[in-house]
Amino acid sequence: MTYACTLGFRRHVFGDLKTLLAKASPARSGDMLAGVAAASEEERMAARIVLADLPLARFLQEAVVPYEHDEVTRLILDGHDTAAFAPVAGLTVGEFRDWLLSDAAESASLQALAPGLTPEMVAAVSKLMRNQDLILVAAKCQVVTRFRNTLGLPGRLAVRLQPNHPTDDPRGIAASMLDGLLYGVGDAVIGINPATDSLPAITTLLRLIDDFREQYEVPTQSCVLTHVTNTLRAIDKGAPVDLVFQSIGGTEAVNRSFGVSAALLDEANAAALALGRGSVGNNVMYFETGQGSALSANAHHGADQQTLEARAYGLARRYQPLLVNTVVGFIGPEYLYDGKQIIRAGLEDHFCGKLLGLPMGCDICYTNHAEADQDDMDTLLTLLGVAGINFIIGVPGADDIMLNYQSTSFHDALYVRRVLDRRRAPEFEDWLERMGIADFRGNLLPQGEQQALLALAATL
Amino acid sequence: MSKPAILTPDPWQRLQGLTRARVALGRAGVSLPTREVLRFGTAHAQARDAVHQALDVASLQADLQDAGFASLAVSSQATDRSMYLRRPDRGRCLAAESLALLGDRGPSLWAPRPRLAVVLADGLSSLAVARHGLPLLQALQPYFPDLPGLPVIIASEARVALGDEIGQALGAGQVVVMIGERPGLSSPDSLGLYLTARPRPGLTDAQRNCISNVRPEGLNYPEAARKLAFLIAGALKLGRTGVDLKDDSDTALPDTARPAVGLGA
Repeated sequence: MTYACTLGFRRHVFGDLKTLLAKASPARSGDMLAGVAAASEEERMAARIVLADLPLARFLQEAVVPYEHDEVTRLILDGHDTAAFAPVAGLTVGEFRDWLLSDAAESASLQALAPGLTPEMVAAVSKLMRNQDLILVAAKCQVVTRFRNTLGLPGRLAVRLQPNHPTDDPRGIAASMLDGLLYGVGDAVIGINPATDSLPAITTLLRLIDDFREQYEVPTQSCVLTHVTNTLRAIDKGAPVDLVFQSIGGTEAVNRSFGVSAALLDEANAAALALGRGSVGNNVMYFETGQGSALSANAHHGADQQTLEARAYGLARRYQPLLVNTVVGFIGPEYLYDGKQIIRAGLEDHFCGKLLGLPMGCDICYTNHAEADQDDMDTLLTLLGVAGINFIIGVPGADDIMLNYQSTSFHDALYVRRVLDRRRAPEFEDWLERMGIADFRGNLLPQGEQQALLALAATL
Repeated sequence: MSKPAILTPDPWQRLQGLTRARVALGRAGVSLPTREVLRFGTAHAQARDAVHQALDVASLQADLQDAGFASLAVSSQATDRSMYLRRPDRGRCLAAESLALLGDRGPSLWAPRPRLAVVLADGLSSLAVARHGLPLLQALQPYFPDLPGLPVIIASEARVALGDEIGQALGAGQVVVMIGERPGLSSPDSLGLYLTARPRPGLTDAQRNCISNVRPEGLNYPEAARKLAFLIAGALKLGRTGVDLKDDSDTALPDTARPAVGLGA
């Protein structure tokens, strides 16, 4: 099937669905690098006009990445829920945008629809949406997950405490962890990116957080973000593993480059579930994603990076994860060039993930070789706060001294709580009050001698 | 008259002694104090400058000359910084005139088929290679007395893989690319070392060995030189670099890490 339209004197033809989606995508450096972006602004609009008239059902007939060659495509199409799809089955992509914005789409109907949508449908409609549309629709979605606390409730925002250290020094990590907790951060997860993949080092870190969590009865979960095979080995050795972490992408080939497959993720998911460590729920997976990963692994099949990112969510939802984090600005300017592209991508990822039923968070971040700065992060943080994001990242002073990039700070989290009235996970909020870290409204209290965590800090 | 306290201090400053992370910053309401906004802004400005400042090739070449190293300067196909950042593929290919230069001038400077060629590349921080390039070469020299006779190439707008083409053009057995790493806020001048045996276009990172964070505050020159010498000697013996070549330099006996083998032709 070819896709075409005429604008003025010019006829625009798009060879297949993959090309149509790529050309309709908002401009970004990664699609230009891949050679799949629209060649002109007019061509981009022509692609959107054609896309708007395309029946949603077409996505069930034409795959962006071939079904025979790609297990992610097979998971998406084989797992499609026809009954859930029924309410929008007769719509075009343009009509679907209108429907999502209409009052017919509210929290319950969107939740029921999620299994009937494919990542490609969701990516397609996002390409017809302005930033405010992405925010408005995402804000209507509600995705609640649980392990030792409840994440994603309306009016709530959680933060991952990320106390990284360049040499995994336990005291250095503990210092950042205490700083974060005293700033009321850590309800999403206390999650460390280790500098090494050595099993003893990973086990040491897991025990460090777990011992602390048990001693102070912190209602949260911990994670050391190492490869899934290392986590499986750690589970095997009896280490205290709450969550299984893994980076994933939108094609079988990019996942192969990460050293993972659906079968391996199935195995890890089962192993973590069998531990039964959750107290209020058992969502045990933590995934990270980001636009551009498939291209950087030369595994993009000529598809645009935003569509492939949505396909990663298609894989993630198989596991009912506790957390899905799009690490939006980490990959660098050859994929997302500047603040404008990073902000747009962050909103797209959050929207697509939420519509597919995932508990989306975002590492609102940039590297020093991207054309971006703190002002851009403030903008994206505010927009995602309004859009109802489940969680963000908290790093001391926004400066990750291990991964060498800038994310959001503990102060940033306080800012977004203050201006948007977003509260922490209820169990964690109660704990902060019990510990005298925050008052019953969630405002931080001045600290002094009587603070138990300060006594602990004095012993480090 | 003393001013009323505006900031809420964090009475856990002692944690600052345990990590370089920005802990115990205090707050103005819920926000960062002015001094921290300025401190962060300054670090970001320095990291940005490190990315965008062009490498002063002439001055580096003069310093190398004074230290007894003959060098040639080449460029990738990325014609400016903006293209370099958007098109990593261009940064991996030599400009046509640079390829010709290696062919024309190389044979008059160095013996053919050297065992090792050194590439000093700007990468994402020209500051890193400008500061640490020559001192690192000098720290490496005790391990390889004939180092001054080996090719040293200064590469602008360069990615790691540019070394593959340079190494091939010189017929080098191994190439080490010393390149400015992605600058962090607290490390604008970190140098990365990538060693590749039998360099030729088309190799992947799995076929290289990497030593990162070389700078006085990170992995210092003597330590970095020791690790690199260990890998070079290991690659000579193994005949290849990459995942099969392990950096066991920390567990190796001190004198086995000093292979005083000649690396010249």
